[in-house]
Amino acid sequence: MPNEKKQCKHMVQLCAALEKYESYHKAKAYAERILGLGNDSLEKTIAIAVALCLVCAVFVSFAAVALKPLQVNNKELDMKKNILDVAGLLEEGSNIDAAFAEKIEPKLVDLATGDYVNDIDPAGYDQRKAAKDPAQSIAIPKDKDIAHIRVKAKYAKVFLVKEAGAIKSIILPVNGYGLWSTLYGFLSLDPDGQTVQSINFYDQAETPGLGGEVVNPNWRALWKGKKVYAETDQPSLEKGLITEADVGEPALSLIKGTVDNSKPGSQYQVDGLAGATLTSTGVTNLIRYWTSKEGFALYLSKVRADKGVKS
Amino acid sequence: MSAVLNDETKKVLVEPLVSNNPITLQVLGICSALAVTSQMSTSLIMALALTLVTAFSSAAISAIRNHIPSSIRIIVQMTIIASLVIVVDQILKAFAYDVSKQLSVFVGLIITNCIVMGRAEGYAMKNPPLESFIDGIGNGLGYSLILVIVAFFREILGSGKLLGIEILKLTKDGGWYDPNGLMLLPPSAFFIIGLIIWAMRQWKPEQAEKVEFKILPIAHGEGGHH
Repeated sequence: MPNEKKQCKHMVQLCAALEKYESYHKAKAYAERILGLGNDSLEKTIAIAVALCLVCAVFVSFAAVALKPLQVNNKELDMKKNILDVAGLLEEGSNIDAAFAEKIEPKLVDLATGDYVNDIDPAGYDQRKAAKDPAQSIAIPKDKDIAHIRVKAKYAKVFLVKEAGAIKSIILPVNGYGLWSTLYGFLSLDPDGQTVQSINFYDQAETPGLGGEVVNPNWRALWKGKKVYAETDQPSLEKGLITEADVGEPALSLIKGTVDNSKPGSQYQVDGLAGATLTSTGVTNLIRYWTSKEGFALYLSKVRADKGVKS
Repeated sequence: MSAVLNDETKKVLVEPLVSNNPITLQVLGICSALAVTSQMSTSLIMALALTLVTAFSSAAISAIRNHIPSSIRIIVQMTIIASLVIVVDQILKAFAYDVSKQLSVFVGLIITNCIVMGRAEGYAMKNPPLESFIDGIGNGLGYSLILVIVAFFREILGSGKLLGIEILKLTKDGGWYDPNGLMLLPPSAFFIIGLIIWAMRQWKPEQAEKVEFKILPIAHGEGGHH
């Protein structure tokens, strides 16, 4: 704590220095006179109001500024923890920063073209901030805005997990409106851009115990192996669950009740949240939105085709 | 210490726990008691935050009580309370990030919590800082007590857990307990607080309010003609 001691010493010096100035003594005399006035005099009322505001403002801004680095750090750590979690790489008690730096590679994707963006450093890019900045975002036409988010950032920050140079998971940021709040989360896909590995939501304010169960690990486990896009699969086509036109379109949805995994089409279905129809609809919509051409469809098709997304 | 904790101070500290509880007797601070009690952990943090804010705001207000112009009395109190609440919120965000995420707006809403204002206006404006501080702690603890009781019932009946640890195994996880969804919604806190108030007033009949008026039976021959 030598720093604090130093600051304290500075304060004492400051006070001593103030003693020399005439205005300091004037202010002191003024304060004494004000305190001696009747409580209901106009002058005292104004002086007390101003003094109180000053003291409180200094107090609050001191706390805000002093704690800012810790808060920013917490937020970043929380985000990294969620990304590691959705990638299945989170180990209890391990160093999150180190694990993140070692295993996760952030990349920026231009949503309009599906290519990587290389002239911006992904580490310093905040997609949520960018979505709020008119210069870096695009308004979503109403008829396409099924996730009710109104705007999206031009560039999305995706995260890749690589093993021996090959992509192991693609982690996509998703967001959309539920019942009370916008849900922010990550969807992790296999390199085929089709099979779900995991999903999690790191920021939501749905009803605890009902819609809030989107964070429940048991429910999240149901997502593993589900398919995002409709495939040409004969049984589902025959049953009329999907049509030819649907093939390649986002198909994943939450249904009421429990999914029977033996039935055709169940690969596109996840159990809805009990007692939270609107949150479930919101989750369906946000997954469909972000896997559509408005979202990551182009990027994912490029990943699939090439293995050579232009960089 | 013994000088500090004389009989009067003890009374100020202990009375709000049961015999003058801010929630059950004065029926203040109900709004946040409904909102944050679906889980024990959020309730405990909320209780701690409110206790600290009440204590420090009462002490601060009491310290300047002789110089507060009466025309701006309430806004002066609010400014002090609001500043403390913002600081508490910032501290939570810095040191207890997960809990602050769950509490979200409710920490900010301590500003409008009637208990804090009630203590500032009702006690701190007339008493010295130390007593006001202890009075704030006492009332905060009274609030905390009810919050913890409500959270206990809501969390265990609503999600089969306490402080996030499984107590009753839920049917959806292969257990026997079918959780009561109502317990997770704010109205359940109303019922529980109502039951607590009823139990308290059965135990201590002097807490029941006097009947303000009596409904008289309708006398014959009256009614209709005025």
